[in-house]
Amino acid sequence: MANMTRRRTVELPDHPDFLWVAEQKPKKSYDVIIIGAGGHGLATAYYLAKNHGITNVAVIEKGWLAGGNMGRNTTIIRSNYLWDESAGIYDHSLKLWENLEEEVGYEMFFSQRGVMTLAHSVSDVRSKQRNFYANHVNAVDSVWLTPEEVKEIAPIVNISEDIRYPVMGATFQPRGGIAKHDWVAWGYAKAAADLGVDIIQNCEVTGFDIVNGKVKGVKTTQGDIAANKVGMVAAGHTSVLANMAGFDVPLQSRPLQALVSPLLEQVLDTVIMSGAVHVYVSQAHKGELVMGAGTDSYNSYAQRGGFHVIEHQLAAACELFPIFERAHLLRTWGGIVDIAPDASPIIGLTPVENLYINSGWGTGGFKATPGSGWVMAATIANGEPDALAKPYALDRFISGHLIDEHGAAGVAH
Amino acid sequence: MSTVNFTFDGKQYSGQKGESLASALLRNGVLHFTDSSYKDRPRGVMGLWVEEPNALVNIDSGAGEPMVMSTTIEIVDGLVARSSQGVGDLPDTRDNSRYDKVNRHVDVLVVGAGTAGLEAAKKYSDQGKSVIVVDDKPAAGGHLVYLGQAVPADLLSVLDRENVTYLPRTTVQGLYDQGYSVATERRTDHLDSKVHTEMSRIRTWHIRADHTVLATGAFQRHLVFANNDRPGIMLSHSAATYVSNGANPFKSAVVVTVDNQGYRDAVRLSQAGVTVNAIVDIRNNPSGPSVEAAKAAGIEIITGKTAIDTCEKEDGTVKCVSVGNPDGSDAACIDGDLIAVSGGWTPVVHLATFVGIKPTWDAKLAAFVVKHSDSLTSTAGMLAGDFGGDDNAEIFFGPTLTTEQALVAFVDYQRDATYRDFKRAIDAGMRSIEHVKRYTAIGTAHDQGKTSGTVTMGLIGQAIGKAPDEIGSLTFRPPYITIPFAALAGRDRGLLSDPERTTPIHAWHVASGAPMEDVGQWKRPWYFPKSGENMHAAVLRECAAVREGVGVMDASTLGKIDIQGKDAGQFLDMIYTNMFSTLKVGMSRYGLMCGVDGMVFDDGVTTRISENHWLMTTTTGGAAKVLDWLEEWLQTEWPHLEVYCTSVTEQISTVAIVGPKSRELMSRLAPALDVSNEAFAFMENKHADVAGVPARIARISFSGELAYEINVPAIYGLHIWEAVMSQGADLNITPYGTETMHVLRAEKGFVIVGQETDGTQTPDDLDMSWIVSKKKDDFIGKRSFSRADTARDGRHQLVGILADDGSYVIPEGAYIVAGADANTAPPVKHIGYITSSYDSAALGRSFALALVANGLARKGEKIAIPMADRVVTGVITDSVFVDKENTRRDG
Repeated sequence: MANMTRRRTVELPDHPDFLWVAEQKPKKSYDVIIIGAGGHGLATAYYLAKNHGITNVAVIEKGWLAGGNMGRNTTIIRSNYLWDESAGIYDHSLKLWENLEEEVGYEMFFSQRGVMTLAHSVSDVRSKQRNFYANHVNAVDSVWLTPEEVKEIAPIVNISEDIRYPVMGATFQPRGGIAKHDWVAWGYAKAAADLGVDIIQNCEVTGFDIVNGKVKGVKTTQGDIAANKVGMVAAGHTSVLANMAGFDVPLQSRPLQALVSPLLEQVLDTVIMSGAVHVYVSQAHKGELVMGAGTDSYNSYAQRGGFHVIEHQLAAACELFPIFERAHLLRTWGGIVDIAPDASPIIGLTPVENLYINSGWGTGGFKATPGSGWVMAATIANGEPDALAKPYALDRFISGHLIDEHGAAGVAH
Repeated sequence: MSTVNFTFDGKQYSGQKGESLASALLRNGVLHFTDSSYKDRPRGVMGLWVEEPNALVNIDSGAGEPMVMSTTIEIVDGLVARSSQGVGDLPDTRDNSRYDKVNRHVDVLVVGAGTAGLEAAKKYSDQGKSVIVVDDKPAAGGHLVYLGQAVPADLLSVLDRENVTYLPRTTVQGLYDQGYSVATERRTDHLDSKVHTEMSRIRTWHIRADHTVLATGAFQRHLVFANNDRPGIMLSHSAATYVSNGANPFKSAVVVTVDNQGYRDAVRLSQAGVTVNAIVDIRNNPSGPSVEAAKAAGIEIITGKTAIDTCEKEDGTVKCVSVGNPDGSDAACIDGDLIAVSGGWTPVVHLATFVGIKPTWDAKLAAFVVKHSDSLTSTAGMLAGDFGGDDNAEIFFGPTLTTEQALVAFVDYQRDATYRDFKRAIDAGMRSIEHVKRYTAIGTAHDQGKTSGTVTMGLIGQAIGKAPDEIGSLTFRPPYITIPFAALAGRDRGLLSDPERTTPIHAWHVASGAPMEDVGQWKRPWYFPKSGENMHAAVLRECAAVREGVGVMDASTLGKIDIQGKDAGQFLDMIYTNMFSTLKVGMSRYGLMCGVDGMVFDDGVTTRISENHWLMTTTTGGAAKVLDWLEEWLQTEWPHLEVYCTSVTEQISTVAIVGPKSRELMSRLAPALDVSNEAFAFMENKHADVAGVPARIARISFSGELAYEINVPAIYGLHIWEAVMSQGADLNITPYGTETMHVLRAEKGFVIVGQETDGTQTPDDLDMSWIVSKKKDDFIGKRSFSRADTARDGRHQLVGILADDGSYVIPEGAYIVAGADANTAPPVKHIGYITSSYDSAALGRSFALALVANGLARKGEKIAIPMADRVVTGVITDSVFVDKENTRRDG
């Protein structure tokens, strides 16, 4: 056939023949129960087994494994955060990413294609440059790009000066990139299961067994399960669980939408974020554009958001990347992000003894998956906060020692 | 019907105007449309409409569009299409088509203009309700159109009624909460192959309906047998429809069915001249009028058997189907260049699932249906399980296959996902439809599982011995079909992508050649270069002019909030850290507001216009945020306060004349006004005519210099500016922009919220303890000042920094380390960062402001700034560089 388009897309390799026991039932008791089989919960279980030799562990999940934010995010990985505490935990996470596929023995399509954050005004340049210099003193890789350098790395970016918000520069973290979220979750799940962890799906927590301020187990839709220690790693629903355990956490749960296009020829081989015009985009291995924007402005547990957010985001995308005008919107969806007052996570002890919390990752959870699991496992195993997790204790909302990533993190972490 | 010429894969064809590209290609004998994405298998068209999984094309004519279904394209003269192998290409040219949006409120939205939809439209129209009927096809009537039957006139005429709006070629893409729908209407592609820049190509409808009737109909589904993807294997209803319309490349057919639909299609095929060699029915005892009709037409019926495999002709199209028992045994071939498959109906449940309405499995219909009715949403027709007819479908999705057969038995054609892939997922422990989907990629292609979704649910059930509804529920996500990004951007492209806000004086700034700075949505002049001047020279000149003579700045962009009510003073006392209720009428006061965390949130000057009337100014970028903040407190926490807030930013124009000669200029502009320091003190407001316009003049200074801010109704802004320029000409009046404003205030150590602050600074941190009232019982943020972290030592505090090399301007944002760490390689402990940094005409050197840990106690200490290519050294100083004694403000 003449003139026929013969562009090939990449067929991903097969998943392994076996992942985990299909309909695993809970045992009567465990050393540790992790609530939530998302990326962070699964990673926590994996590192409990791997780093601390604690294998009598159940990960219990109210729905299907990695069906929450782990399966709904835009898979951006970076560690070029502003504050020292953030640089500490996210860069630790990035270092884990760099060996993760080999360590857990699972293809994750971890691709260090770089993450670019565009600046569009004088004040935007100022705050992005601050971020760039902060990364420098923290030895986190970071490069400042002129608009021309932006164009060199990503030729599809419109750097013309007469667009509504011209590109005035960008920070670039070469070590940043993307990975394939399901593959990451399944890699952790399989590796944890191989080490003896039980993965129990369709098992919703309905209450806690707490005696004299000490957690003894959980009540679930599959019956009561005893445990010496319990970790809550339930993202947006952590506040619901905390209420069951008798305390409050300062989390707001909001819809955050993402979208994909159908498969397209490769036009973008880095990750581009723009907080000022509210769009971030990468092109996945097979060719779909994966895009996100800001959160919806109301609280909700419904995994859907307002369409105007999508429209605004696509308008921004057409402005910044004119080649996207003909790209198609294939699918939109929403996840529920749990946002603390300072847009930083909450990790550590709770008012209930032996009950631990890991939540509040907001829009930044995916990239933190390995690091979050690592510090949570250490915190549970040792009964005290891991050094990297210490600044993220729940009591910072009393002391005021906030790690405010709102201003500098922009739209997407 | 007129004949049109089009091009497919470089070859010229003709077809009938209005028919689909898929139909036209079949009419021309084309069966092999494209090759599959991954396995390069020849593929033809399967379906009739948006369920099509195979026959994708790229359109090169008109606006151009990648990867669209050839079943949905109405051919026009000059159409140029290329087959697509499942990957779209993006030409590097702009799409100049117009895209529009429209908002509409309506009593009832009916989705689908088939019989059920038309009946619903009639019902509500009869009740006098306003109705919008949306249908994605060119003509109303649903299946009746496909069957070539007339739509009853009493139903069709409903669409012409005054209270009914009918939108053909319009797809409801998303249904959202509270009866909100988004639809896209294709308006030009079917007219011609031109780029339309006047009439919108696609119009996006935002429809808010009190009630939405979903009458979305159903698609036929396929069966999973070996080599079920060859060109010539089609859904039976689709094949019969194409063939009946004369698009008939077939001579003989075998119909493979699980229901009576297959019989009806067999009869249609037969009537159109295709020899139907057999109907192969999985059921043992089919019955009903449809079966009798097929028998009467003399078609052989084979019961209890199904398709197991197919074989191909030399050109890759199907030659015959091997028919056997459901366990795969006793298979034998029957010839047919068309294998028409009827695997049951799949109602279009998408819109219902978008709002969380769960489909239920109807075993009798072998289908997921949505029987739903509440005040917001109801369903009708096939979606609601009203299939009519005598289908009696068997719940069956495919025969038992050998491992080899499973490798070529396709569940999702577009993703080349086979039964083998599916089976591996089950064996790996996958049970949820979502996991199977992710393991196999089934349902992730452009069609989002329109055909494969129910098949996969059925197969999981078949594999683990459960009913499809025990597996979980089908969840779809908007949009229903793909939409070009540009269509959803609508008119919000180019400079309209975000509103530009400009002041009444903007045209003057532009005419004078000032580059603009984006501040939020505002365009502000950045600096006013004289010919040949660069920014650095212009700013130094502007700064010197203000300190030595008189400058003028357009301050109209500052947020302005009119606050009225008897409790306004009390309210402002709670909002600001300092006291306002005691402010005298006619006076202004600078105020700082904090968040509940005690961190500085915004600042500005607020003026008491009269006893119960105040005018607040905010930062340019913070105006909306501050108004939201005020309203949040008034509406949720202090509803008992009688306070009314109104944004008046755009109603008032503010021209600031600044510098030692501003008094002289002010007296010329307002001859009746006593501008002496005694009569018109700092922070005082006076009303006077300025250049013939009634104005409020405020003695406010953001530079430390004597200054007058002239506030007039916005329409006089340019007039005042021009009067200032002409009356000040002999004083060398110098217009200046945001950059000079920033330098001047930094020389005085005045902070800019958002530059010296990032949401983590208390007033104390900014060396502004003086502005925190010790008298007031409470104000927002007060509680947090006593928190452990807020009160601790070592907080970052506002200081000045002087680089040892005064000709070097330290980059803003640079991090500072202790002098002793000057040569420590990163990671290195830092003690703060540079917030503002400029070259100063007044100082004759560079200077900076910074936030430094314990900075106020470290003045005089050496610091260093490590950067990639150098280390800059310097010293910590006070944050006020010019006029520490505040002597200049009174002139």
